[in-house]
Amino acid sequence: MEAFLHQLFSGLATGGIYAALALALVMIYQSTHHINFAQGEMAMFSTYLAWTFIDAGVPYWIAFVATVGVSFVLGVIIERVVVRPVEHAPVLSVVIVFIALLVILNSVAGWIYSYTIKTFPSPFEWEAVRNPYLAPHEIGTVGVTVVVLLLLYAFFRYTSLGLAMRAAAQNPVSSRLAGIRVGWMLALGWGLAAAIGAIAGMMIAPVVYLDPNMMSGIMLYAFAAALLGGIDNPIGAVIGGFVVGVVENLAGAYVVGTELKLTVALVLIIGVLLFKPSGLFGRRYVTRV
Amino acid sequence: MGTLLEVKDLHAGYGPTDVLRGVGFAVTEGGITTILGANGAGKTTLLRAVCGLVRRRGYVHFAGEAIESRVTEDIVRLGLAHVPDGRGTFTMLSTEENLRVGAITRRDRKAVEQDMARMYGYFPRLAERRAQQAGTLSGGEQQMLAIARALMLRPKLLVLDEPSFGLAPLVVQDIFRIMRTVNREEKVSILLVEQNARLALELADTAYLLETGQVALSGAAADLRNDETVRAAYLGY
Ligand SMILES: Nc1ncnc2c1ncn2[C@@H]1O[C@H](COP(=O)(O)OP(=O)(O)O)[C@@H](O)[C@H]1O
Ligand SMILES: [Mg+2]
Repeated sequence: MEAFLHQLFSGLATGGIYAALALALVMIYQSTHHINFAQGEMAMFSTYLAWTFIDAGVPYWIAFVATVGVSFVLGVIIERVVVRPVEHAPVLSVVIVFIALLVILNSVAGWIYSYTIKTFPSPFEWEAVRNPYLAPHEIGTVGVTVVVLLLLYAFFRYTSLGLAMRAAAQNPVSSRLAGIRVGWMLALGWGLAAAIGAIAGMMIAPVVYLDPNMMSGIMLYAFAAALLGGIDNPIGAVIGGFVVGVVENLAGAYVVGTELKLTVALVLIIGVLLFKPSGLFGRRYVTRV
Repeated sequence: MGTLLEVKDLHAGYGPTDVLRGVGFAVTEGGITTILGANGAGKTTLLRAVCGLVRRRGYVHFAGEAIESRVTEDIVRLGLAHVPDGRGTFTMLSTEENLRVGAITRRDRKAVEQDMARMYGYFPRLAERRAQQAGTLSGGEQQMLAIARALMLRPKLLVLDEPSFGLAPLVVQDIFRIMRTVNREEKVSILLVEQNARLALELADTAYLLETGQVALSGAAADLRNDETVRAAYLGY
């Protein structure tokens, strides 16, 4: 029972990371109708930035905040420079641009930092909370992701800028007619997605270690989470993230074994696409004509 | 009375072809101008051209500023609110959020709250549906919402594209009554494109008849009401 609870709780901890990344995917999807295949590599790159700061002796939480800020700006720049020019291009061209971005970020990280695996510190080394169910880093991760998700919720729900971003994603023409600068809202969306990715990367890096390919497996789970929750539903994606985290961990421990855990993500993705393409919480469009 | 919106020799269209070929018209300050014309005459294109949603070329002055090469967002911020063809509802937002989007460029928070209450006064149906997802509102309610959303900008000019389209006669009466109130009491000028020529000519002071991208006839609304061709083609008596 203790072992089971341990698997369940640590599933929630990684699930929080999948939830955050899935949310970043959904945010971009809602405003562009494209899946950002480079999301994981953006997060990886941000994590290297954090490592650089920490390696230079910057205290962890200052490095954390700086990384989030720099990642936000980089996300905005990526939207303006890379994504904007292909705004009206065919889907395939956009996918190729995203893949190119993925490959470039991956190689640049490898070139700067080499492909050797690095360790990444956890800020949660509290001996006081040691217990059989959850490691301190897992508790910290859950805390950080929950705070991030609540902040995002409050931002989109209660601020004027959040409302403008939701409006712009939903109906660009009506938004322009209300005076909203839609282009900037998209860029802000990319900035936020990059910032969320940065946090997810810094939280997972102590577990999977830092290397240019660290996010490939994790992104697979995040895609599964986003699809499971409904690719256009932010709350669904978050729930999907936690579900995928728990299922992954339990299946890894009791069903398929850790070596085959990644197949769980693939099975989920294929299962959702086959049987419920709009996801569990996919939007039923309620519109009267 | 000054001129709020003046358009001369306007050409506009989609892709390489021009739909409008040298259109001119005006809206006076505090006035109501209506533009009539058959389906496909170019009325919607004309309204889109004024607020920069389609490619256009010509002379467009609004509130003393040249706007023919400004982007839509900036034109709107000058005080031009456009109720688009098809209503442009933010279907996934609530009724109240739709209204807030209409006022999103404003910084006078208190006045925004007052205007919100005023809109619920004009359209009590919207007050009942305050928290409801706007996509679930009926066609008439969505039209009211579109007008209320536009008014939340506190515009100098309210531009409406066929607000009566597909609505029950009682709802149409309601909407026209509120347009008149807004015009008289809040001094909002109106540019109205309408398929219901009779109602439009009753409300407006000035009217233009658009045929295949050009102005075929213009004058005081009262004169057009008595014009033989307008009667035969648009009023049906
Ligand atoms: N998005 C568009 N792309 C290409 N042509 C269009 C578009 N919208 C309208 N048109 C054409 O422009 C002409 C005028 O249309 P429109 O302005 O909608 O007329 P109205 O509003 O008077 O019915 C029509 O011939 C129509 O086919
Ligand atoms: Mg039309």
